[in-house]
Amino acid sequence: MTHVRINNLTKAYSGVDAPAVADLDLDIPSGRLIALLGPSGCGKTTTLKMIAGLIRPTAGDITFDGDSIVRIPPEKRGAVMVFQNYLLFPYMSVGQNVGFGLKMAGVDPKTIDQRVKEMLNLVRLPDISDRRPKQLSGGQQQRVALARALITKPRVLLLDEPLSNLDAHLRDEMRELILSVQRDLGITTIFVTHDQEEAVLLADRIAMIFDGRLQQFASPDVFYRHPASERIARFLGGVNFLPGKRQGDTVETDVGSFRFAPGGEDERPPEDGLLTIRPEQIVLGQPTAENTVQGRVVSRIFVGTYTRYRLALGSHQIEAVRSADVAGDFAEGQDVPIGFPADRVWMVRPDQAA
Amino acid sequence: MTDVTVKELAPADRSAGKRATGKIVFYATVIFMCVVLVLPVIAFFINAFAFRWFYPQLIPDEWSLQAWQRLGLLPPPGQFSIENLFAQWASVPDVVRALGLSLWIGFLVTGVSIVIGMPAARALGMYSFRGKRLIEFIIITPTIVPPIAFSLGLNINFIRWDLALEAAGINLGLSGSVLGVSIVHLVPVMPYVVLTLSGVFANYNADFEAQARTLGAGPFRTFWHVTFPAILPGLFVACLFAFLVSWSQYLLTFLIGQGRVITLPILLFSAAGSGNNAVIAALSLIFIAPAVLILLVSSRYLSGESGAVGGFGRV
Repeated sequence: MTHVRINNLTKAYSGVDAPAVADLDLDIPSGRLIALLGPSGCGKTTTLKMIAGLIRPTAGDITFDGDSIVRIPPEKRGAVMVFQNYLLFPYMSVGQNVGFGLKMAGVDPKTIDQRVKEMLNLVRLPDISDRRPKQLSGGQQQRVALARALITKPRVLLLDEPLSNLDAHLRDEMRELILSVQRDLGITTIFVTHDQEEAVLLADRIAMIFDGRLQQFASPDVFYRHPASERIARFLGGVNFLPGKRQGDTVETDVGSFRFAPGGEDERPPEDGLLTIRPEQIVLGQPTAENTVQGRVVSRIFVGTYTRYRLALGSHQIEAVRSADVAGDFAEGQDVPIGFPADRVWMVRPDQAA
Repeated sequence: MTDVTVKELAPADRSAGKRATGKIVFYATVIFMCVVLVLPVIAFFINAFAFRWFYPQLIPDEWSLQAWQRLGLLPPPGQFSIENLFAQWASVPDVVRALGLSLWIGFLVTGVSIVIGMPAARALGMYSFRGKRLIEFIIITPTIVPPIAFSLGLNINFIRWDLALEAAGINLGLSGSVLGVSIVHLVPVMPYVVLTLSGVFANYNADFEAQARTLGAGPFRTFWHVTFPAILPGLFVACLFAFLVSWSQYLLTFLIGQGRVITLPILLFSAAGSGNNAVIAALSLIFIAPAVLILLVSSRYLSGESGAVGGFGRV
C-alpha cells in the first residue's frame, strides 16, 4: 500500500525543444489502479520509467508515502515494471524467471520455490515452472511476467501497455486477472496505454497526457461525460462540436440554445467554446423533448447492431448513432427532430491548433 | 535426416537437379578444404617424426624423434627415461619458454581487448550517433593498413617515450618488452573484438537490463545474471579471435620485441631459416595445437543455435 505523488515532474532532452514530460502533477492514493493515457510519443512511458528509476527526471519529485525516491536506484525503489514485450529471460526456466526478484533479494532457494509455486497459481499457470519462456504463448508469457513482478511484493506495480499485445479473448482474461490480483494484493498500480478502451476497462482513474502535459485526471466516466478539451473529446471518439457561448447553464449556438447540467465543483466549462455530445447520446425523432432542434438526415449507414446517421444542422454536420433495438428509422433527406439531453451535453475549450 | 526426406518427397524435377548440384558443390568444397587444410598438417606430422623423407618416397623409410630431441622436449637419443624427461623439461627448453610467453601474451591481449572493446562495441552496436561511421572506419583501419607501416612508427615512438620516461626516472621499457609487444598486439586484435561484439550488441535488447534492475538487481548483478549470459556466445567468439590473432603475430612481435621477446612464431621463423624440415614441422605442430584444441572445444558454441553470435553467424 503506497501513496504515490508526482510533483512538477519534468524530463527534457538536450537538443530537443519541447520537453518529453512537463510539470506533471499526479496524486495517486494507495491501492489505486491508474492509467496514463495518451497518443504514442506523449511522454507517458517516459513518466513510467521515471517512476521506475530507469530515466532520471530533469526536475520535479516523485514520492512514495511521502519519501522522495528520485535519488534511489531502481533496484531499491520497490517499483517493478512489466514491459510491453514481457522480457522473460530466455536462458532461464519459467520458475527461475519468476523467482529472479527473490533470488536478488537473497531469499533461500526453498522459500523461493514455494513462492514461485504460489505466484504461478495466482496467475493461473500451475505446473509450468520447468518450461522455457520460448515454449509459452504470448498470453502465458504476459502472466509469467506479471508473476515475476508481483513475487517481491512491490510497493508500486508499473505496467507498460499490458493488454495491447494480446488477442481480443486473451485481453478480457488478462484484464480480469490484473483487476483481481491488483484488488487482492492492493498494490498501487500505474499503467500506460495509448488505447482508450484499455484505459477505461482497467483504470480507477485516467490521467490523460498530451505533449508531455497532463490534460485531465479523472475517473473513466467523467472523460466521456465531461471532457476538458476538444482534443480529449476527439481522442475518446467524440465527433460532434458546435461553436457556442455559455451563459450560466445555457449555451447559445447558431442553431439554437441548449441547456446543460452543471458538472462538479472543479469542472468549469469555458464561456467561449464548443458544445459537444457523443453520437450515441443523441436522441432522434422525439420533437417534444428538451434541447431539441430540427435537422435533416444526410446519410445513413446500417451497421447491424446500430445505425449511423450523418445529420445536417444549419451549416454544421453532426453524427448520431441509434441502437438497433430502438424502434423507428429515418430515410436520407428526411427532416428529423434532434434532441441533446441536458445531462449529456458538455462545453469544451477548443483546440488551439485547430 | 527429416530434412532430407522432406526434400526427397518434393515432386518437381528441378528441385532434384538443384539437389544434385548442391551435393556436387558440397563435396567439392569438402575435398578442397581437405587438400588445403588437412594435407599440409599430415605432411607436418610425417615430417616431424621422419628421420629423412626425400622425393620419391611416399612415406619415409626411417622414423625418428630427432626433431623433438633437438627442440629439447625429449631426452637425447638412447637416454630415454622418465627422470631424464622431467629433467629435460625442468630446464625449460626454449620451445616451452616461447610457448608459455605466447600463451601469456595471448591471454593478456585477449583480456585487455575485451575490457576495452566491450564498451565501444556496445555503443557502436546499440546507438546511432554522429561520427559513428568514422569511428567504425578508424577501428577497422588496422586490417587495411600494412602492419609494417604502423609498427615501425609505433616502435620509434615507443623508443622515444622510453627515453623520455627514463629521463624522468621511470623505467617502463615499452620497446623490446613483453608489455610493448602486448600493447602492439592490441592493434590488429581490436578490430576483430569490436566488430564481433558490436554484432552481438546490435541484436541485444537493453530493456532486459532495465527489467532486471526494477526486479531488484544492482548494476553488477544485472551484468552477471542478464548481460553476460546474453552475450556469452559472442563474447566467446571474440575471445577466440583475439587470442588467435595475437598468437599468430610474427612481424609485430619481431619489430617491437627487437629479438628480445621470443614467442612461438619468432622461434618458428628462425627455425624455418635453418632448413631442418623435421624441426620446422615439429614447431609448426606445436604452433597450430592451440588453434585446433580451441576449435574442438568450442565447436559447440560456434555451430550451436546461438543467435548472439550475430553478424558472424556460424563463422
